[in-house]
Amino acid sequence: MQGNYFQPELECASREVLHYIQSKRLRKLVERCYNNVPLYKKRMDEFGILPGDIKDIDDVKKLPFTTKQDLRDTYPFGLFAVPREELARIHASSGTTGKQTVVGYTKADIDAWAVGAARSIVMAGGTKADLVHVSYGYGLFTGGLGLHYGAEKLGATAIPVSSGNTKRQVQILQDYGSDIICCTPSYAMYIGETVRDMGIDPQSLRVRAGIFGAEPWTDEMRREIERLLGIKAFDIYGLSEIAGPGVACECYLQSGLHINEDMFYPEIIDPDTGEVLPDGTYGELVFTCIGKEALPLMRYRTRDICSLDHTPCECGRTLVRMSKPRGRTDDMLIIRGINVFPSQIESVLLELGMDPNYQLVVDRVGNLDTLEVQVEMTEGMFSDTVRSLESIEHKIGNALQSTLNIVAKVRLLEPKSIPRSEGKAKRVIDKRKL
Amino acid sequence: MQIQQLSIFVENKSGRLAEITEIIGKANVDIRAISVADTSDFGILRLIVDKPKEAVESLRAAGLTVSLTSVIAIGIDDKPGEFAKAMRVLADGDIGVEYMYAFISRDKGKAFVILRVLETEKAVECLEKNGITLLSAEDIYGM
Repeated sequence: MQGNYFQPELECASREVLHYIQSKRLRKLVERCYNNVPLYKKRMDEFGILPGDIKDIDDVKKLPFTTKQDLRDTYPFGLFAVPREELARIHASSGTTGKQTVVGYTKADIDAWAVGAARSIVMAGGTKADLVHVSYGYGLFTGGLGLHYGAEKLGATAIPVSSGNTKRQVQILQDYGSDIICCTPSYAMYIGETVRDMGIDPQSLRVRAGIFGAEPWTDEMRREIERLLGIKAFDIYGLSEIAGPGVACECYLQSGLHINEDMFYPEIIDPDTGEVLPDGTYGELVFTCIGKEALPLMRYRTRDICSLDHTPCECGRTLVRMSKPRGRTDDMLIIRGINVFPSQIESVLLELGMDPNYQLVVDRVGNLDTLEVQVEMTEGMFSDTVRSLESIEHKIGNALQSTLNIVAKVRLLEPKSIPRSEGKAKRVIDKRKL
Repeated sequence: MQIQQLSIFVENKSGRLAEITEIIGKANVDIRAISVADTSDFGILRLIVDKPKEAVESLRAAGLTVSLTSVIAIGIDDKPGEFAKAMRVLADGDIGVEYMYAFISRDKGKAFVILRVLETEKAVECLEKNGITLLSAEDIYGM
């Protein structure tokens, strides 16, 4: 698999070449933003920066940040740098954390995004001979069309299954012989469970790799999916504000996700001060869309928490690697003053051999936050006495307390009682009225 | 002398016992004895039935968590002091009882006790030596 790249001249370019491309594109981007986006002109004027002050990529830190709120305030088309007629496509966020945000692409943007997705499929070991089974939802959500265009760009065969109708997904895996499957990790779990429940040996399926993203997931979850589907599972990263899936992806070494930094320039900042942080330090991931025309966001704050690593990867790529994101700052729970990400709780549960179907219920009783961790019972952990079941609850509670320093009530549920997700799983139910 | 008991994990929600027993009712399985151990969140439903295999299959097919546990059943006279006598035998034999439940037989003057002990074989030996009647699986299933 080593030495397999979609665009080796860019993916394996020297830092000097990347620096040159990034600098050139940044100058063009700043020019475009200043002249075409009123909000950016206003902000740059306030900062006292003119496009000519931005000479190379290192000057990016002089630029103002963009936030999700800016997209909401200018809803729907206010941050676009091209006339509406030049848009080739529009996507939108689900709007689960507030008003939906609308993003647009020119033909060239769609093409660049498809290149990012095609590189990602190749990073996951894909070739043009493969059948790429896309089980992400098609529609305003970027997942389905993103991987679809990536597969076509690569020259592979795309199967636009979309999400839902899980038994049919399994049927297609069996009958068409899909080589690669793409969806959210929680849907991959669901498909894997369905394969098991239908009595199918995962080894009898041709599928060998999965490209999963659009929600945070842990390495423990990865192993569970790999076991259920008999595949190697790769993490892909993207968000609609930047492009969609294909902003970054893991190579076969699975030691971080290679960011397509010739198009999407990343920085890690301290979320409180905005200060740029060095490699290896966790902070908020920020992107500048240096290759984009329609929505060329500068220093967009993703709210995702991760770190960067610029050392070259053994796979031969020089593209900077981001660590697997721990979760978004807005997913972070604050339980009695302690910050915790749902993914950290997931790690603890799977480490203990629990079922990866779990749900977190946060509430406030009096003035105290309470957290209930709900885990489904499996035949493997079930035993006939109340005492041993209570000891499972205590074991989970103690592990959460010692690893994350949080106090949680653990509740065991019957199998399949937590709703399965065909898209992004709803892990947290927050009943607090704040 | 060992009898297969079904243990089913049940969430503490109203209607759950009805739904679960309807499943085995549809599978034409007859319940011989029943008991529920419960906490505030969940319970364990324990059943002795005439066709354990069919019952397990139907419950698993409905997505429930079921396990089979070996228990023993003793028959005693329905008279004051008789149950205590049996318990004394186990106590003197240093055999701990995990849980138990009892029911009165259709045969007049008899009662039955289902026992879950930690060391089943030792308990069987000890009870038989002391003249306590043990029921076979066929006795219970065909009751």
